[in-house]
Amino acid sequence: MSASGVQEAIIRAHREEWARVVAALGRRFGDLDLAEDAAAEAFGTAVERWPADGVPPNPGGWLTTTATRKAIDRIRREQKRDGKQKEAQMWYTDPPDPEPLGAIDDDRLRLIFTCCHPALSMETRVALTLRLVGGLTVPEIARAFFVQEATLGQRITRGKAKISAARIPYRVPSVDDLPARVSGVLAVLFLVFNEGYLATGPDTEPIRRDLTDEAIRLTRMVRALLPDDGEVAGLLALMLLTEARRTARVSANGELVRLDEQDRRAWDATLVAEGHQLVRERLVAAASGVAPGRYQILAAVNAVHTSARDMRDTDWSQIVALYDQLVRLDPSPIVALNRAVAVAELDGPEVGLATVDGLEDALAGYHAYHATRADLLRRLGRTQQSRDAYDKAIELAGNTAETAYLTRRRDQMT
Amino acid sequence: MQYLVSVIDDRTNSATPDEMAAIDTFNDGLVAEGHWVFAGGLASPSTATVIDNRNGAAMVTDGPFLETKEHLSGFWIMEAPDLDVALKLAAEGSKACNRRVEVRPFL
Repeated sequence: MSASGVQEAIIRAHREEWARVVAALGRRFGDLDLAEDAAAEAFGTAVERWPADGVPPNPGGWLTTTATRKAIDRIRREQKRDGKQKEAQMWYTDPPDPEPLGAIDDDRLRLIFTCCHPALSMETRVALTLRLVGGLTVPEIARAFFVQEATLGQRITRGKAKISAARIPYRVPSVDDLPARVSGVLAVLFLVFNEGYLATGPDTEPIRRDLTDEAIRLTRMVRALLPDDGEVAGLLALMLLTEARRTARVSANGELVRLDEQDRRAWDATLVAEGHQLVRERLVAAASGVAPGRYQILAAVNAVHTSARDMRDTDWSQIVALYDQLVRLDPSPIVALNRAVAVAELDGPEVGLATVDGLEDALAGYHAYHATRADLLRRLGRTQQSRDAYDKAIELAGNTAETAYLTRRRDQMT
Repeated sequence: MQYLVSVIDDRTNSATPDEMAAIDTFNDGLVAEGHWVFAGGLASPSTATVIDNRNGAAMVTDGPFLETKEHLSGFWIMEAPDLDVALKLAAEGSKACNRRVEVRPFL
């Protein structure tokens, strides 16, 4: 095999096998710290050995065996150093589930639920998930979230220490707890995706592909492990339909392009098709009486957008109906704002503006509130008020492409 | 595995008869399910005395170690196989005593 072939095999193995190796060792040794270090060492050994020895026929098996050997070596070294038998610290795991849920019995799923446990802070959950499940390095994660490497390293160390000291279990939650815990996992993945999609920071690329790609990859993994969960399918569809519009969403000069001005031919047809397929699958489930959750509804909104030839062709009444459904699940002002945008398309900017103005108390500090008002005021010819709203939105927006877009819109008004 | 479940309060001796009854019922459940280790309510922080005998000459000071708006007004020590079980029990305990609680593992 050529050197570049070996290189590729190592990258592929890292992408496909990292989580499996960490999860298997985590289960066997009951120590995520040890699992992480041993997995990293095993990949290091692969980088040294595979170019000379060739890529093993079963890379995942080779990596797990090598990592296990490294872990045992380390335990022996520590026992020798401490001069005593280290007490085996085993995870508390339930006796085997009497009703196994198909593909659910996978160590990676245990790992994901442990990393996304509600007793950990959101920041810790994100860091642990990207490191232990995603296999990103500490410097990569630190760069992605603009924190010092030392800070991020400490966050991961403390998270692992809490998992071990407080005995956060390494298992798939019971059927009763599953929906709430899955939604906790999805919140972590959606946060990673959004940070990539709406990257903040003055000198930041407007879209961080490293993060959106990683979020999609991890959501695909969760989807493969929980194929019957509607919200997992919904979140994956939502991400795919959003990602499909990525290149059309930022212009050559780094400015945000709103939906009405996007070149729809630049959308990624493959991702759109995959997203639509998932949404159709969920519509069938909804027709048989399974109430859709928020991600499925948001995915359906995006499916309506990506089915339309242009803004005018968009089925706005369908979109308003979907937002009505979402408001019932989540009466937050941000959902109400998005609904108002669709109402403005359906019933005119005046009606939309009246709804938006009602949200001022809750959303005065949110850039999208001011950007939405600015756009509606502009369409109503209320130029000065629109300009003021644009100023406010620009002041509050954190994304570089968005600031550029808002500035142009403001300056275009005469 | 044992967990300390601390009750966080900003008043003292403020439990109502209904709360006391709910706590009793909850405690009975803990005993019946094998989670009970110990529990107790505490008198107000103003009744506390601090002793420092690190250098062998016991120094007695009136008042709590920390003056805070919120304080520990009672606690449970519970036996639970893992944090998920401890959190479930603590949630029931919080409901019964109608206060916030903090769950912390013993070493």
